[in-house]
Amino acid sequence: MLDLFALLLIFSGITFFFLGAIGLLRLPDLHSRLHALTKADNLGLGLLIVGVALLHGSLLVALKLLLIWLLVLLGSATSAHLISQYSLRRNRS
Amino acid sequence: MMNLTLLPDLLLAGMLIGLAWAALSSDDLRRGVVLFIAFGLLLAIVWARLLAPDLALAEAAIGAGLSGALLLVALRDGSGGDKRAAKRSRLNRWLIDLFVLVMTCLIGWVLWLTIYAEPVERLAQLANAMLDRSGVSNPVTAVLLNYRAYDTLLELVVVLAAVLGVLVVGRERRGYREAGPVFYGLVHWLVPLLIVTAGYLLWVGAHAPGGAFQAGATLAAAGIVLRLAGYDAAGLPDGRLLRWLLVAGTGVFLLLGLGMNVSGGRFLQYPEAWSGSLILVIEVAATASIAAALVLAYRGGRTDGWLFMDNKDKSREVSS
Repeated sequence: MLDLFALLLIFSGITFFFLGAIGLLRLPDLHSRLHALTKADNLGLGLLIVGVALLHGSLLVALKLLLIWLLVLLGSATSAHLISQYSLRRNRS
Repeated sequence: MMNLTLLPDLLLAGMLIGLAWAALSSDDLRRGVVLFIAFGLLLAIVWARLLAPDLALAEAAIGAGLSGALLLVALRDGSGGDKRAAKRSRLNRWLIDLFVLVMTCLIGWVLWLTIYAEPVERLAQLANAMLDRSGVSNPVTAVLLNYRAYDTLLELVVVLAAVLGVLVVGRERRGYREAGPVFYGLVHWLVPLLIVTAGYLLWVGAHAPGGAFQAGATLAAAGIVLRLAGYDAAGLPDGRLLRWLLVAGTGVFLLLGLGMNVSGGRFLQYPEAWSGSLILVIEVAATASIAAALVLAYRGGRTDGWLFMDNKDKSREVSS
């Protein structure tokens, strides 16, 4: 039962990644692309990590995975901010 | 029916070759570099799948991360405007293709010979059997810093030679603008985290994947983050201290090796009771040198006041 739930989480995580990738390829401009990418990947990775932690069942591994997720959140949010700021600045000048 | 667990691995291998091809054949250099970074990350996953976590760590940190950063900063340097790859003549291109094909066949043949055709005695068993006497419990570290310490010493010499090359090229690149509040916040979290991670990798190298090269690369990443955030020194000290830092790895290694000569052993033949601590000392010095060398390569060239001749240098640049 728990395994099934974990698999469900992992597959929904993958779906988010998939949608994010489609958004990156299909959306018209930089800002909407960034929006699609960061939102989808952050949530997708979170779901994946909860699923993998449930499958593995060890608290230590779960904590490590949580740390990885937090680091990716911090990194992707900052890099998205930097990219959009750079493009804004370039458009203005 | 094909084994289903093989499918992801085949997919990985196929993507790896595709990415390598895309990176090489890209007309836009920047795109090629980004593809190369993606290639490095994928290669790290492949190493992990092959149960070689030491190599995976090194590939992710050095191959993808630091080489990628160095290539990107080199592109920024070449501000002459020509971002396109140089067009080669058809014959030239054809010759290169032929050369690569011959080399690939040759390497494949040698690989096949050594793995399948002639069963020879492997050293892995011997290495594992002697692990108790090496001072560490991670076989990779035992090979790198005990059995074949000589090789690693020469690798550090290569790093030092690269540093000399960087210093000869010219003065350092211009720095970056100061970070905005968001990036500044990230830097304040990331740099201490990278330093702690580097320390952990260095320490854990004795009994699990890790070691001086991975730790040095992680530490260098902290320096690069600092420089991107507008700290021009990138965490490196000035002048004399920096010189000591750069030669520390090679110097400590050599001195300890010669010390063993003096005390009656052979060059780099650790006394058994001490080998664990000696390896740790060498790795600490090597980590510092590798990190300093990589950050210096990112800064690219001499810093202010590196040479006493810098003033003369400047006047020559003006006159030319």
